[in-house]
Order: sequence, then C-alpha cells, then structure tokens
Amino acid sequence: MEMPVPDARIMAKKAQLVSRLLEVLPRHAVIDDVAETRAYECDALAAYRCPPLCAVLPSSTNEVAAVLRICNDMGVPVVPRGSGTSLAGGALPTADCVILGVARLTDVLETNYDDRFIRVQSGRTNLSVTGAVEQDGFFYAPDPSSQLACAIAGNIAMNSGGAHCLKYGVTTNNLLGVTMVQMDGTILTIGGAHMDAGGLDLLGVICGSEGQLGVVTEATLRILPKPEGARPVLIGYDSNEVAGVCVSDIIKAGVLPVAIEFMDRPCIEATEAFAKAGYPMCEALLIIEVEGSPAEIDEQLAVIKAIAQRHNPVELREAADDDQAKRIWLGRKSAFGAMGQINDYMCLDGTIPVSELPYVLRRIGELSVEYGLGVGNVFHAGDGNMHPLILYNANTPGDLEKCEAMGADILRLCVEVGGCLTGEHGVGIEKRDLMHVQFTAADLEAQMVVKDVFDPKWLLNPAKVFPLDSSAGRRV
Amino acid sequence: MLRPQTEQDLADAVAAAPAPLRIIGGGTRDFGRPVDGDPLCVAGLSGITLYEPGALTMVAQAGTPLTEIDAALTAKGQRLPFEPTDMRGLLGTTGTPTIGGVFATNASGPRRVQVGAARDFLLGVRYVDGRGTVVKNGGRVMKNVTGYDLVKLMAGSHGTLGVLTEVSFKVLPVPKAQATLTLPDLNEVDGLAAMSAALGSPFEVSGASQGMLSPDCRAPVFFRIEGFASSVAYRADQLSQLLARFGQVEVTTDPVASARIWEDIRDVSAFRDHAFVARMSIRPSTYPAFLFDAMNTFLSYSPKARGFDLMTDWGSGLVWVGATAEALTRNADVAPDPGSTDPQLLGARLLMDYLHSFCAVEGGHATLIKGPRTLREKIPSFQPEAASIAALTAALRARFDPRDLLNPGIML
Repeated sequence: MEMPVPDARIMAKKAQLVSRLLEVLPRHAVIDDVAETRAYECDALAAYRCPPLCAVLPSSTNEVAAVLRICNDMGVPVVPRGSGTSLAGGALPTADCVILGVARLTDVLETNYDDRFIRVQSGRTNLSVTGAVEQDGFFYAPDPSSQLACAIAGNIAMNSGGAHCLKYGVTTNNLLGVTMVQMDGTILTIGGAHMDAGGLDLLGVICGSEGQLGVVTEATLRILPKPEGARPVLIGYDSNEVAGVCVSDIIKAGVLPVAIEFMDRPCIEATEAFAKAGYPMCEALLIIEVEGSPAEIDEQLAVIKAIAQRHNPVELREAADDDQAKRIWLGRKSAFGAMGQINDYMCLDGTIPVSELPYVLRRIGELSVEYGLGVGNVFHAGDGNMHPLILYNANTPGDLEKCEAMGADILRLCVEVGGCLTGEHGVGIEKRDLMHVQFTAADLEAQMVVKDVFDPKWLLNPAKVFPLDSSAGRRV
Repeated sequence: MLRPQTEQDLADAVAAAPAPLRIIGGGTRDFGRPVDGDPLCVAGLSGITLYEPGALTMVAQAGTPLTEIDAALTAKGQRLPFEPTDMRGLLGTTGTPTIGGVFATNASGPRRVQVGAARDFLLGVRYVDGRGTVVKNGGRVMKNVTGYDLVKLMAGSHGTLGVLTEVSFKVLPVPKAQATLTLPDLNEVDGLAAMSAALGSPFEVSGASQGMLSPDCRAPVFFRIEGFASSVAYRADQLSQLLARFGQVEVTTDPVASARIWEDIRDVSAFRDHAFVARMSIRPSTYPAFLFDAMNTFLSYSPKARGFDLMTDWGSGLVWVGATAEALTRNADVAPDPGSTDPQLLGARLLMDYLHSFCAVEGGHATLIKGPRTLREKIPSFQPEAASIAALTAALRARFDPRDLLNPGIML
C-alpha cells in the first residue's frame, strides 16, 4: 500500500503552523509533541501507521472553521477523525497532515419527539445517541458493531450500516441534516429537521464521502419509536448453499426480519472455543431476528420456522426468554474477537447479490486453499454484505502481503458477480487501489469533480478513496 | 424531437446538441421553471433488464413505463414501497409515467416516514452527463459505500446533472393486509396532535394524513397500518386505544377501499381542480405557527374566505397548499399596490413568495407544483437557497453539465 511522499516544505513549517493554531485554540487542544502525536498514528486498520504533523481537538464549529482556514491558507492537508474505529484506514494520517479530531464535540443539542429527531455534535458516539432518547422509548437505528466507540462523524463519513439495516436502512437513510465546515472555513447548514432536500440532494453525496468534502460538526438524526420486543432464532444447516436458499426463501415469503446473520464453520468453531455460546457444529448458521408485539413475533417466526424446516435444518432453536436471546447473539457478537484469538485477521466487507452467495462462499474456500490462509465468514446475509475474515500472522514476513493479495482477489470476485468492493466500511486506503476494478476512468472522474467543487485544493483527506494515479493531478 | 433508442444514441445526441435540451420521460411531471429547449425523449430506452425477487432488486432502463414495472412486481407479490406520486390528475397531463421520471423527481408518497423516499430505494444509476459521457454509480446491491454516492445526487435532480439511462432499485414484498383508521372530524390542532401520537408509537404507522380543511378548519384524519393480518388487527386495536382521546376511531380493513384513500392522498386528489398547488416540506411542530401566520396574512382582507386550502401528509412530512382561481384573485387584495397586474397572477405570486419566506425562516422548503405558466416563468418554483448552498449547487451543475444543456433552469 502506497501513500504519497510527505511534503518536506509543509513539515518544515510545523512551528509556524502550531503557533497559528494556538492563536485560535487553547493549548490543550493542540497536540504537537512528537510522542503524543503517536496516539493518532492509526485507526482500526492497525497494519498501517504514521504519526501526523500534529493533532487538534476543537470544541466548537467555529474552532473547526478557524483551524481549517489556517490549514487551507498554509496548504496543509487535514485528515478528519471521529473515534478512529475505521477498518479501512479512513483516518490514517500522513506525516505532513493535521489530524482534526471531533472527540470533544459530544453534546446533545436538541431532542424533539413530536418531530422525531435528535440534533447532536458529531463526536458523540453512536450508542450514546440512542442512550439520550431510550428512556423515552426511542432509538437511533444504524448500529455498526463498533457502536460503543464509533462517532457519528465517522458514521456519516462512511455511511455506516449495521446488523439491523435490513429493516431500518443505513446512515444515509436516517440522516436529516448536517452542519459542515468546508476546507476554506465556510460553515454550511444542509438539510434540517424536515424530510427531503429542497434542491439538489447535497446531503446524500456528503454522507459517505469519507471526510473529503468537509468536516461535519453537527448532525440532525431521525429517531424511531422502539419496537415492543424482539426475538431471535438460530438455524443450523449442513451446507452454505442450503442456508443461502433459506435466506432467499424467507425474503420472498414477504417477511422482513430486522436482521439475518450468517456464520460459516470456521467461524462457528472459533466462536465456540472462545465464547461457548452453545452453537451447533455445522457448515452454516443463521441468526434471524424479528420485532414487534409478542403476537406479531410469533406470527413472523412461524413463517420463518416453516420455511427453515423445509430445508432440513440440523438445528432450529428459538429463544424462549431474554437470556436465551442473549446466548444466541453472544457467539455472533464475539465472532471478531474469537477470530482475533486465533491470529491477526483482515476483515473485508464486499457486498454481493444474495443469489450469488453459495458460489462466492465456494470460491472464497478455494482461494483460502490456494493462498494457504484460513478464512471465516460472518456477515449480514439479508443484504449480501459479506465479512470474510482472512487470518494471517503479522510477525511472519510476507504474510500481510499475501493476505492483502487474497483480499483483493475476493473483492474482485464480489465485483465480478455484480456486487461492490465495500458495503459499509468505506474505501479509505484499503480498497483505494481496487477502485479501477469497479469503476471506469469516467466514473471516477464524475466523483472527483464533486471533490473539486467542495475542496478545490484537495487538502481534505486527499490520499483516500481514489486511486493515487487517478487523483495525482489534483493533489498538491 | 430527439428519440434515442439506446444509451449510446442518447450520449451521441447530447454530445452533438447545439442548444439546450428539455428532457422528457412520460411527460407527466411538468413542474418547475418551463424549459426552453429541444425535447429529448427517453421513452425509447425501455425494458426491465433484471429482476431478482429473492434479492429484492430490479434493474430497468429509464424510459420503462411504470405500469410495466408494477405489473412485473405484482406478479411476484412485490412493489415499489415508496409509492410514487401519479401527477396526471393534479396537473392534467396525459403521458405514461416512466421509472426514470420517478427517480429524477424523487417522487414519493405517504409511506415516506416508514420506508423512505424514492432516493432511499435507488441503488444504482447509469446516466449521460452534459458532455455526452456515460457514467455509472452505485450498483444493484443494497449496501454499497464504494466511492461517492452520486446516486442520491441524481435522485431529484430533475435531469439537470445528467440524463438517466438505467436505474437499479430495491423493492419490497406487498404486505398481506392493511387497514386505514379514521378519526372523521378533528380540528387542525387535534389532528396534528393525533398524528404525532400515532407516529411516535411503536405500532409502525405507514401513513398519517389530514384531509383538506373545511372553512372552519376541520377534516378527517387517516392512519395506515400494514403487515400480516393478525398483526394489523392487533396494531389497529392498540392504535385505536391510543387515539381514543381524540374520538371514536373507524377502521377500514377492505384492502381496495383502504388503498383508494391512500392513492388520493398520494396524488393530492383533493386539489385536482385548484389553479395553484404548492408542496411544503416542514417539520410537523412548525405547522401551528404556519397556520396562524398564514391565515393572518391572507385573511385580513377577506375574513369569510381563506385565500388557500390545506391538507397535510405527515407520513411524508408535507403540507399541501392549494388555491382556487377565485381565492388567488382575493389574495391579490393583500398586495399594498396591486397596480395593473393580472390579479390571479399577483395573488399566486404573493402566496408562493409567502411560502418561500416562511420556510426560509422556519426551516424546510416549498415547491410550486401547479400554477399558471406565466407565474412559473417569473418566480422561483423551488425554494431559493442560501448563498453558500446556491454556489455549491451552481458549481456542481457547471461540472456535470458545462454547456448548460440539460433542463437548464428547471430547478429555479
């Protein structure tokens, strides 16, 4: 993975930059000590690290604007950072950049149950948004696995999803408005508490733009009334193919579960060894959750169980109470940790048409043999968002490169069957150079002109998303 | 008229166009500033390319008639859940609505609150930009964050960024049962409170609307529930109890009768004979202030007759404002100095200006959907944008369509 050569002229201006930043920020909000900047050297894609020139932690939209104006003026690249949980390297610094963290922007600014929205500062964590409204019977729907830690700013940057988006959609479907600062310091208000865009849907393109169009400091989010209850079932099959057909049959039958999760044998084995959730040892395991009143849950589960039975499951277990429901989810929720116990891993998130599931799983198995690296699959089956976890050993020379090559092959496979490189994690640096696989030069150009408009100097998170050869003429 | 039959034909036609183009699908959604340009009809690009019911996805060429899409979906027990508005009744247009036109105008109905708008279902696009270049974005899978989401940008852009040639979108199963709950006679304040209570309940209300207010501000309020039969019955019962404080709830479970109520709301049938119709997207709690202020503004000279009619579709977050030709003439009385202007035109202009300024202050936006052509030529139909947003919008258009060929000015 290649990053642009840091600009020595910018690095030479560090002292001047820091003194200008200190004119607009308090001392504690500017981190320029070389040892302390290490805290910002990577995000959750920890294989790549580089301390930034310095980091800033502004406490208001105006401070963010002041910082950006200085950096724009001095030609210094800025990498925005939410909580640093990106799996794609979205917040990876370069040595000549300023990290702009929103960690101090955590307030709830307004809650309104009549209009069903909450307005928060963007550094607030995903789970604590729900935390602010759940005592009144509401919740914020998108629920990425990292929701305890991840910030709304990062959710908006990556258009994050989660296990329950089959029913509730992803971030873009739940975002009503933002306050955003452009690189030149212009503060924009886009959208609001009303639905729909009045003119062009700028909010739609800002969501998922990976911090390249502006720094979002406030967000207006839809909140929904909490369902009366939820209950999962666990279904085991002796083949991936049959499990895939079962998922498709359930969807065709007109049931819309809130979640359909899928785990394959390597993942089930690792999870059992780690979390002891009592899963059956089989080839494929589905966890399907439905919501509503007890009567509605019974009715939906009856349809699901009838379909599941037709495909001869090796196990079909319905949660009788909350405790059993938690046990069913326990294994799924600890799957990543369990895989991490075995070895280092790389988590991919390509999406495929649901109909291609059996073929893609088989091909991944073949690639695993070819490369000699283990793979576990745990993913959102209802929407085709795969999460192959490729195991490798970071201490074995060449293993990371081998793992990356295998990951690239899997993602090419996803595109080949009609899917895409990333379903919810974002492109970042991880999939940046594979963008040519999915897009033509004209497709990429159409996206890059949007950045030209919002950030003409290409200073915001410039080395991400677009292949370096495509963006070369635009970056300074 | 240009009538390309393939995407390549269309790209060639745009690349070679010497002057602005007026883009037409079925020609049924004629609103916005009238475009002076050579008609470019996309109806020749027609046909469903791919339909996978098990993956809830369909891909179709932009000119495919909506009837063809609906028929294919119905055969598999599925539908377009965002129930696109059919504008023909309201606007008196006659063509065949196309799927491209639906997405180009982000045409969405009262289920907006539960499932989202057209833009939320659009998964991928192919389009021809103003240079004649073919571009694709998004795809045909439900979760996709690969690169910028130009799909959302294209939805509702009225053809000004590119001419859609192919769209892929998500569909959903048709629920087995539905019911409409009606509170037959509420004033506007109780109507709003009842709708807020229902939409804030866990009973998955998929529509909430109050019909056209009578002169003394009363109208029926409708609520929709959909799902499996026993679940619909359960929720209808729970919701009736929740709404009991507003009056006796009537429940319609006949699917045809229930569906007709929501088609009328979706298509704004109540304003079919009005000369002026505007759509206002505001947050519900702004509505009482709007009502009070608007009535004061337009009542002062004619206390017996309001200068406008109102209906609300809070499932879509919308207030519909309509005015008859006669009411428009009356509204002209509000003008400090009417001069020699046509009073109907003046009245319409005052009303639209008023809606735009209300939204500018309180948040939201208002769009003129139906009005005299001379009015649409003179005043903005769309909500005027703040200077910083207008600058971004103009800069984006200049990049996507540098020769200003594609429906120029339609979104003014």
